[in-house]
Amino acid sequence: MAESAEKPAPEPERELRLIGKPFRRVDGRAKVTGETRFADDLAFPRMCFLKLVRSTVPHARIRGIDFAAAAKVPGVLGFLTGQELPIPFGILPVSQDEHALCPDRVRFVGDPVAAVAATTEDAAYEAALLVKVDYEPLLTFSSVEQAIATPEPRIHDYGDHGNVHKAISLTFGNVEAGFAQADEIFEDVLFYEGNTHLPMEQHAAVAVPEDDERVTVYSSTQTPHYVHRALAKVLAIPASRVRVIACSNGGGFGGKSDPFNHEIVAAKMALKLGRPVKVTLNREEVFYCHRGRHPVLMEVRTGIRRQGDRVAITAQSLRTALDGGAYGSYGVASTYYTGALQTVTYRMPAYRFEGMRAFTNKPPCGPKRGHGTPQPRFGLEVHIDKIAEKLRLNPADLRLGMLEKAGAVTANWLQIGSMGLRRCIDAVVAGSRFRERWGKLPPGRGLGLACGSYLCGAGLPIYWNHLPQSGVQIKLDRSGGVAVFCGEAEIGQGSDSVLAAVVAEVLGVELADIRLCVADTDLTPVDLGSYSSRVTLMMGNAAMEAAEQARELLATAVSDQIEIPIGRLVFAERRVFDAADPERGMSFEEAVIAAEARFGTLGTTGSYVPPRSPGRYRGAGVGPSPAYSYTAAVVEVEVDPETGLWDPRHVWIAHDVGRCINPVLVLGQVEGGVYMGLGEVMMEEQAFRRLPPRLSDALVHKFPSMLEYKSPTFEDMPPVTTYLIEDPDPSGPFGAKEVGQGPLLPVMPAVANAIFDAVGVRVDQVPIHPHMVLKALQAKAAGAAPRYGPAAFPRFDFGETLVVPTPADGGDGTAINDYREKLRAGMRSASGTMTTREEALREKRLRALTTK
Amino acid sequence: MLRLPEFQLVSAQTLADATAVLASEGAAEGRTVRLVAGGTDLWPNMKRRHQKATTVVSLMGIPELRGIRNGGNAGDAGELAIGATTLLDDLARDQRLRARYPALATAVDSISSPPLRNMGTIGGNVCVDTRCTYYNQTEDWRRAIDYCLKEDGTTCWVAPGSPKCLAHSASDSAPVLCALDARVKLVSAAGDRTVPVAGLFRNDGIDYLGKRPDEILTEILLPAGSDAGHCRAAFWKLRRRGSIDFAVLSAAAAVWTGAGGTVTAARIYLGAVASQPQPATAAADSLLGRPLTAESIAHAAKLARQAATPMDNTDFQAQWRSVMVEKYTAAALREVAGLDPGLSAPKHPLPGL
Repeated sequence: MAESAEKPAPEPERELRLIGKPFRRVDGRAKVTGETRFADDLAFPRMCFLKLVRSTVPHARIRGIDFAAAAKVPGVLGFLTGQELPIPFGILPVSQDEHALCPDRVRFVGDPVAAVAATTEDAAYEAALLVKVDYEPLLTFSSVEQAIATPEPRIHDYGDHGNVHKAISLTFGNVEAGFAQADEIFEDVLFYEGNTHLPMEQHAAVAVPEDDERVTVYSSTQTPHYVHRALAKVLAIPASRVRVIACSNGGGFGGKSDPFNHEIVAAKMALKLGRPVKVTLNREEVFYCHRGRHPVLMEVRTGIRRQGDRVAITAQSLRTALDGGAYGSYGVASTYYTGALQTVTYRMPAYRFEGMRAFTNKPPCGPKRGHGTPQPRFGLEVHIDKIAEKLRLNPADLRLGMLEKAGAVTANWLQIGSMGLRRCIDAVVAGSRFRERWGKLPPGRGLGLACGSYLCGAGLPIYWNHLPQSGVQIKLDRSGGVAVFCGEAEIGQGSDSVLAAVVAEVLGVELADIRLCVADTDLTPVDLGSYSSRVTLMMGNAAMEAAEQARELLATAVSDQIEIPIGRLVFAERRVFDAADPERGMSFEEAVIAAEARFGTLGTTGSYVPPRSPGRYRGAGVGPSPAYSYTAAVVEVEVDPETGLWDPRHVWIAHDVGRCINPVLVLGQVEGGVYMGLGEVMMEEQAFRRLPPRLSDALVHKFPSMLEYKSPTFEDMPPVTTYLIEDPDPSGPFGAKEVGQGPLLPVMPAVANAIFDAVGVRVDQVPIHPHMVLKALQAKAAGAAPRYGPAAFPRFDFGETLVVPTPADGGDGTAINDYREKLRAGMRSASGTMTTREEALREKRLRALTTK
Repeated sequence: MLRLPEFQLVSAQTLADATAVLASEGAAEGRTVRLVAGGTDLWPNMKRRHQKATTVVSLMGIPELRGIRNGGNAGDAGELAIGATTLLDDLARDQRLRARYPALATAVDSISSPPLRNMGTIGGNVCVDTRCTYYNQTEDWRRAIDYCLKEDGTTCWVAPGSPKCLAHSASDSAPVLCALDARVKLVSAAGDRTVPVAGLFRNDGIDYLGKRPDEILTEILLPAGSDAGHCRAAFWKLRRRGSIDFAVLSAAAAVWTGAGGTVTAARIYLGAVASQPQPATAAADSLLGRPLTAESIAHAAKLARQAATPMDNTDFQAQWRSVMVEKYTAAALREVAGLDPGLSAPKHPLPGL
């Protein structure tokens, strides 16, 4: 056996042939040539078309639905209402609050009420316009403040109270003592407007019925497994009779992570009519599916102590208020996420997080790239910039002096792995010549710095279970081809390429030798889906395990046949050969034949279960991850003080990705994150029109179209200089961490900080419209506070706080005042199979040793 | 996706065919006839059902409606005539237009995006429907606000007390054509007439065109006296992005000077701040009888701001757009005067030839 193979994987010494080098993505050619079949490209014999009838009122009871006029449209085949789909669903077990079609009540303009199927899309469309729904209006809720102040009528009959969906209060360590030790306490109130994903592909699904009450649903979804569960539940048929195939997504960004009405309704209609049913949403409907960035108002308060040159945070408290829209979606998790990852960049010995989410009559918010973290990260990084300003410190030095350490456990019990933020900051500071140029550019030009960190996969699945979060099967046969099966969904991020590359690397074959079968709930083992930046790490580890087992089978057979010790065998260049004498060996195909002869039909599997987090308090499930990525960015802006118009001129960004599987795809994700972040800070907003209630009760999306929902074009994109920082994390396959979401995080605050450097005013909200800059400049000229932003955080009772001693306090990860949770935690650990991080790594090392 | 309703499409091959359909079908009970050229505005509007038609007459098959020619003798720098279905992209790249009427070329090149300029026509842009965020929406959306005054409803949601529709003019070419004192030729079965382009527009979001329903705009005539040899003109446009977007404000200025640089005539029109290209007459008149200087420009720009009341019917905050009227008028006039415009240059210069 080659020397490298004797070390536990991922071993840095192993010479990598594919991993880390640029290669063409495996689906690239098909995407460029148009060969890729997206869900809307599919056609089946006898296929018909479905259109949803959506609510035109924001909040009402349904009195009746009249299909008489619609039924007369030639080609109409049938209708569905909520009465035929009474079972609720929702992505989170605690928020089963959606119906495929509203049975008795609508909660926002765009909520689906009925469905029409017809032989043509035109007929379905015309008929849908003719369906008449009689509504009895209810009070409309348009803001968090209104939802707090008005508990009745409730938008939902569950949630913490009134129209408050969720309220959280967590205290880690002695926050009061921390503030008491501070030399100075800083406080800011900031606002982050909601925005949406804007994937190029509109959601589409095709449902194909089979005999015996079976149905196959093709869909543009990031999470076929969760769609599978929702379909089985709502259709009330065994999951084994429902097959979900996720087509390639034309972008997702979190907007295709929930099970959606149209998928379920198409399946029901297909079963009802006995023919295939296609539904393709129009752009307006995509805005109504939403699940995008929550609007968040936040208040951040930090105690700072100076000891000589060193500045330390003594305590921080953060309060967030989320406008959740009409349904739960991922909202409980989103709310926790607005507080969870504040601790993993700068050392915070004591931390309090209070967050709340309100229901309002708008399309539901949910997870968008960065899920819940861009808003508080914007708050934190602008807040720190202001602290640096007051303390007359360089913002880079202030951050570098407070960095959390690799391997640390934070105050809120997050286990950090590798931590390359110092190198990230150094890279962008050097690249932008930040030390030489910050504060010294001519008026109207400015530089801003900010950082961020993100998960490499949520530590816990959406629904409580002990099962693998990603599974991979490999089939080898005498053709020499390698078939790899995994439930992962390619959404453009390159997960197919990661899967193929990991297997090809371990088996020493080429990408073209690998046949992928992915995202098919009948054929592929479960992977939870493309969300929370989990796929590279979790699927990658499962793929490595399966591939290493396959290699072991082949190595055993080859070793026996040509009498070379297993330890000397090398898998490379589609051959298996002797490291000491490379001429001795056989082709990969021959090796497979040898193994098939010896072991019979060849198949291996790999599974991934994340390490267990040390946090045990209620709420500790949100935030833990096997590893965290880190990012730093510097943005240079030009601001016109006459108009407030501003433009980004250059972005320098460094991302700690652990290790690149494919640096080209990593670069693409970093640049894509920068682009999306710039869109959020420059112009994107999911804004609403509330017409005067005395004249109308309308509460509508202001501009559900791609023309008027402003998102930058590539003409608006400045040059981007990217630095890839590789600080391998032992939890990741070959040391890889995430890159899909983290690089977005520092962009918005870096811009806000750069605008301050350019013209000396603060805009404490996103997006930063030119009128805001101009208002702040006018305030500055008038001698008032040079700022534009929210005035105050609303009064709200977050309830009794859970008190969790920190690791430094000698805590055990549980709250000291939550007896209910103590009981439950004990029960969980008694029955749990999840392992600690150390155990997982030890097990992995053992496995690697036994494959010799 | 959004679907078109059923309608009858007439692909006219001659102008007489087209005017005949307008005269007959247009007068018939229960029939609505609309003209289409590139369709970049009409088709999306019909898909959203806020423009309706039983018959649509396409002008794209009429050869004499397309092309640019000198109205005078060949080679003579006389009146320049532009056929109504000349593609925007062809126009923006035309050497004669760029040499003699560069402000119009700039405006045309700023319209929407390259694919739409390859379909859209100058006649379509001059006549383009007024726009409003309460109006350019789908049938379902408009049903949710109980429609609006411009189509199917009774209230102008921009200003619920307003007796008239406040949708804004959306043409980039129109303010420049007004500033250049262009004329347009209107043809109907009953005969032809040529009118000043400024007279084609009315400050009413619904009844915004002073053209009879049976008339077809066939030609735009640019006077020789407005070309670069006689006057200097400029066009500045404000919008969110460097492409695609309609203007939320534009300023077109044309200035004629005599001996010693004294301003002898000046015309200023503002786009997207009223239902018509809005004349800033007091601002233009304030420039007369003296040279164009930074001071006279600053004064005129202040007066221009008073000529316009941007409403909350498009992108950007309305009050801020009002401040921008002054800045953009000043920028246009400063460009005319050869001064630094004082604003960042437009991101997108004319394409190379």
